[in-house]
Amino acid sequence: MGELVVDKHVKYILSVEKRKDSFESVVLEHLRMNGAYWGLATLDLLGKLDALDSNEVIEWIMKCQHESGGFAGNIGHDPHMLYTLSAVQVLALFDKLNVLDADKVANYISGLQNEDGSFSGDEWGEVDSRFSYLAICCLSILHCLDKINMEKAVNYIASCKNVDGGFGCTPGGESHAGQIFCCVGALAITGSLHHVDKDLLGWWLCERQVKSGGLNGRPEKLPDVCYSWWVLSSLIMIDRVHWINKDKLVKFILNCQDTENGGISDRPEDAVDVYHTYFGVAGLSLLEYPGLKAIDPAHALPVDVVNRIFFQK
Amino acid sequence: MDAEEHILRLSQDPEWADLTPIPQDDGPNPVVPIAYKPDFIETMDYFRAVYKANEFSPRALQLTHQAILLNPGNYTVWHFRRLILDALGIDLNEELNFMLGISERNPKNYQIWHHRRWIAEKLGTDAASKELEFTRRMLSLDAKNYHAWSHRQWVLQALGGWENELDYCHQLLEEDVFNNSAWNQRYFVVTRSPLLGGLEATRESEVKYTIEAILGNPGNESPWRYLRGLYKNDPKSWISDPQVSSVCLKVLSAEANHVFALSTLLDLLSHGFQANQEFRDAVDSLRPSNSDPADSDLAKTICSILRHVDPMRVNYWTWRKSKLPSAVSV
Ligand SMILES: [Zn+2]
Repeated sequence: MGELVVDKHVKYILSVEKRKDSFESVVLEHLRMNGAYWGLATLDLLGKLDALDSNEVIEWIMKCQHESGGFAGNIGHDPHMLYTLSAVQVLALFDKLNVLDADKVANYISGLQNEDGSFSGDEWGEVDSRFSYLAICCLSILHCLDKINMEKAVNYIASCKNVDGGFGCTPGGESHAGQIFCCVGALAITGSLHHVDKDLLGWWLCERQVKSGGLNGRPEKLPDVCYSWWVLSSLIMIDRVHWINKDKLVKFILNCQDTENGGISDRPEDAVDVYHTYFGVAGLSLLEYPGLKAIDPAHALPVDVVNRIFFQK
Repeated sequence: MDAEEHILRLSQDPEWADLTPIPQDDGPNPVVPIAYKPDFIETMDYFRAVYKANEFSPRALQLTHQAILLNPGNYTVWHFRRLILDALGIDLNEELNFMLGISERNPKNYQIWHHRRWIAEKLGTDAASKELEFTRRMLSLDAKNYHAWSHRQWVLQALGGWENELDYCHQLLEEDVFNNSAWNQRYFVVTRSPLLGGLEATRESEVKYTIEAILGNPGNESPWRYLRGLYKNDPKSWISDPQVSSVCLKVLSAEANHVFALSTLLDLLSHGFQANQEFRDAVDSLRPSNSDPADSDLAKTICSILRHVDPMRVNYWTWRKSKLPSAVSV
């Protein structure tokens, strides 16, 4: 198993362009903003954010912003809530939120709130509790939560709660660890965790740990490194993280490393990618693995960045 | 219909000669630089040109088809395709046919499901049976596809078609009784179908159904949680219904995974259930020989056993034990 191969992971993130498997590169093109967030947040957690020139990144990000205030996944694409949060998070990593017209971004987001309190992902209207999280997290970072109808937003999220204590994408949707992170995260940010049945949800979440030590996202599904993040961050927000076996989970994540070329995969022996590298490192950070920066479970940003935003520290 | 066969050589096609392609701008020094294939570059360069010119034409529609085959995740192309479909007044049933192959190759692509939803919304109730059939087909490839379930729930609520849904859930559970998505859908149907009369009306038959599933596989988490859900907002009936406590007793007396039976009994006790000697004997027989001596408090004994048989969650069971009222025993 061994240790976290920090230098290899840094090298992997910086050299993502070297692997020219065309299919992967094509499907990444439109969500480059997410890729940038995963890569840069990983570098920051590893203490190596200065390996990149922030000015070039920021220049590119601002070229992805639309008239409407929302951000696209890449230059020349349409704006979407998914990429708007990633853009704001990357600017926060670099301490460059001041280049934004916060009101403009906030107006874009508040314009996507629906009558029932839910949020659409973009002008085309798809509704999902994930978008409630993206909106609330983004507005929180921008100090603009007053721009939306908070009571309705919270009530909509609460309506996605199931009898097993988990949350789904819409009312009645199956509980899923990714959706649970979004709902619990949004409720945590808005000070509304009283809507969560913490003991029941905590048990459901710790039931996600399987024999190998890894976590799955739903009953009877395979474990996957990215669920380390969704499940762990939720457990931390409801104060129940000690209910899982941390040592076994650390081992599972470390076993998913490519110790030769860097990067982390979803399961041992699978191919690595930026997405799972980020969630693996972020999961280890939540598990207080030595040498990593601490990460805030609700905002998915390093704690020092969050402190800077909310306490000017 | 393979993407390779379909690629138009746009730069050599006189039909496209009037348009100047616009190359991709990846910014000065890409953070996550991308290597593109030549056919992808050409298609996208022309796409950017029609997109920028707001060209809602048959050839632009054809071009979005090609761009989607090359990258079905590109949401901007899908958006633009919808604008063209609207502008040209294309028959949306044809569009559904166009989507079939792409959907089967990309079952977890958000854009495809979103596009499908947009079409069904426009077609209205006429689309209900077609959409239910389509999701059934997708779920036959992966019975836990989250997008397919989400789409199906939307179809039922927005367009109707509840008549056979409970049978469908039964069919999926016959195929795989561990399928949590099918259990969730079952709960969705009994709580929301306008035809069944809600939880109260269905509880009796549902409890029977669930107990049978539990006895078949006592280690299956889903039906245990479903059983609890059937008594939502009615904990009194849950505690007093002999069917609930007796399924626990049956499982405890059998050679099986006892975790959920023990935890359910623990929940019942915590809510005031009074266990008789039969329960005590069944629990006692599960005590590992090297464990703590039997506690006169049955709930405490159960926690000790769970710590033993479910070591991964030892901290959870320890916490459950610590939360028990201490005045009961001694
Ligand atoms: Zn994953």
